[in-house]
Formats: sequence, C-alpha cells, structure tokens
Amino acid sequence: MNRTRELTVSTPTDREIVLRRDFDAPAALVFDALTRPELLTRWFGARGWNLVVCEVDLRIGGAWRFVSRGPADAEMAHGGTYRVIDRPCCLVYTELFDDQSYPGESLISHEFVERAGVTALTTTVLYATPDGRDRVLKYPMARGVGESFERLAAVLADVRMDTRGDAS
Amino acid sequence: MGTDVLDATFAALADPTRRAILTRLAAGDATVMELAAPFAMSQPAISKHLKVLERAGLVSRGRDAQRRPCHLEARPLRAATDWLENYRRYWEESYQRLDALLEELQAPGRETKRTQA
Repeated sequence: MNRTRELTVSTPTDREIVLRRDFDAPAALVFDALTRPELLTRWFGARGWNLVVCEVDLRIGGAWRFVSRGPADAEMAHGGTYRVIDRPCCLVYTELFDDQSYPGESLISHEFVERAGVTALTTTVLYATPDGRDRVLKYPMARGVGESFERLAAVLADVRMDTRGDAS
Repeated sequence: MGTDVLDATFAALADPTRRAILTRLAAGDATVMELAAPFAMSQPAISKHLKVLERAGLVSRGRDAQRRPCHLEARPLRAATDWLENYRRYWEESYQRLDALLEELQAPGRETKRTQA
C-alpha cells in the first residue's frame, strides 16, 4: 500500500489524450469507482473542484451528467451517453461540456487490466477536432483554478498548524 | 505566449516524424540532408515537415545559404510540455483521491476480521 503510482499523459495523435495509471485495487472496484455516483462524488475532481450533481444511467444509450463546483462557486457541467459497458474490462461513453468552446462530442474509453491485484487504467479521450484537444490541455490552467486552490491550500496549512498547536 | 502559437506547437508535435526530427535536433544542429538520412523519406518530404516545425517556431534555419542548418528552438516546446504537465498534475491529484477511496473500500473487510478476532 501507499506505493506512489505514476500517471503518464501522452498525445499519440493530434485528437487524443491518453492517461495511464495503476491502482492498488481489483478492476471491478476501479470500474465501480468510475460508474457509481456514491463513489464518484468522493474522488472526481481536483484543485478544489468537487461533484455536486452526479447522475449515472449505466445502460448502453443511458445518460450521465456531472456538475462540479469549484473555487469561488464556479460551476462546470458535462454529460454524455454510455456506448460500451463491459464490467470490469471496458467502459466507453461520449462527453460534451455545457459551455464547451469547441465543436463536437468527445469519446472517452477506459480500459481496465488487472494483474496480481493491481489494475492498470488506460483512459483515451478522443476529441472531434485537434483544436478541441488543445483547448482541453490548457483547460485546468485557463480557469485560473490552480491559483485559487493554492490560496486555499495555504489557508488549510495554517488551520492545521493551529490545530497541532492546540493538541500539543 | 499566445494560444495560436501553442496550437501550432501541439499540431507540429502530433506527427511522429516531426517528433523524431526534434529529438535529432536536440543533439545538435543539422542540415536537411543529415535529417533525411535516418528516415525512408525524400528531402522534399522532410522539408515539408521542417516548414511545419518552422511555422510553429520550433525550428529555425541558419543563414548559411548553402547548408541552412536547422536549429531547435526550445522555448515553445517548453510551453507545450508545461501545459501537458499541468493537465497531468490535475489528474494526478484527482487519482490520488481515488487511491484513498480504493484503499478505504478494501479496508472494511480487514477491519471486520480484526474486530471479530
């Protein structure tokens, strides 16, 4: 446990982003963490962004919809439909953001390969156009969320130090 | 750095031949002929790739009219890898939350056994 797993991100073509990472859990559990709202709400997001709406109709052709809230109450909504559901090996669905600045749906494919209790998750995001892919790569920084979160992290660090002071 | 330049950088990096050319130029300047040598490609085909790299500001050409050696411009490349690294870090942070959840989900069974024992 507590092994540091490295996330690799690559751009094999001008329309794709591929993320690959190992998880210390069986494939079925990782699959569930990506498809069950009560689990998704506990991890999906970063830099102060958390899911506030998480609807999943896990059937082929069924819809999903996520709304995340971030720093300064900013909201971001996206959704799509499930195309392939093959637990625990494969999950494919479309994705479209409500305020998307580029045309077309993206196609997200997750591949789960379990070996000796460790699951390798490969996520391929295929964008409709190269421009869409490039915009998404810039996205986490474009919203300025990094800066806001750093401020929050600094506040939290102060709070933790105060707590430690009280305890000792 | 403008986003148009960044778009051109990403587009230029999407091609494996162009990435190989940049890798070669990272080792030092080279002429078109030298660059074409390891590839099963004509010099005009390599020149076409070089034009894309030049437009993206990733490669500059020397003034020597005969050889016009190609030179790697590292700055836009750095900007592109910064974006990728930022994207990676965002997901790394989210996946670390997933790690913690997966660990917790697998823990109750062990705890129950311990309690029972």
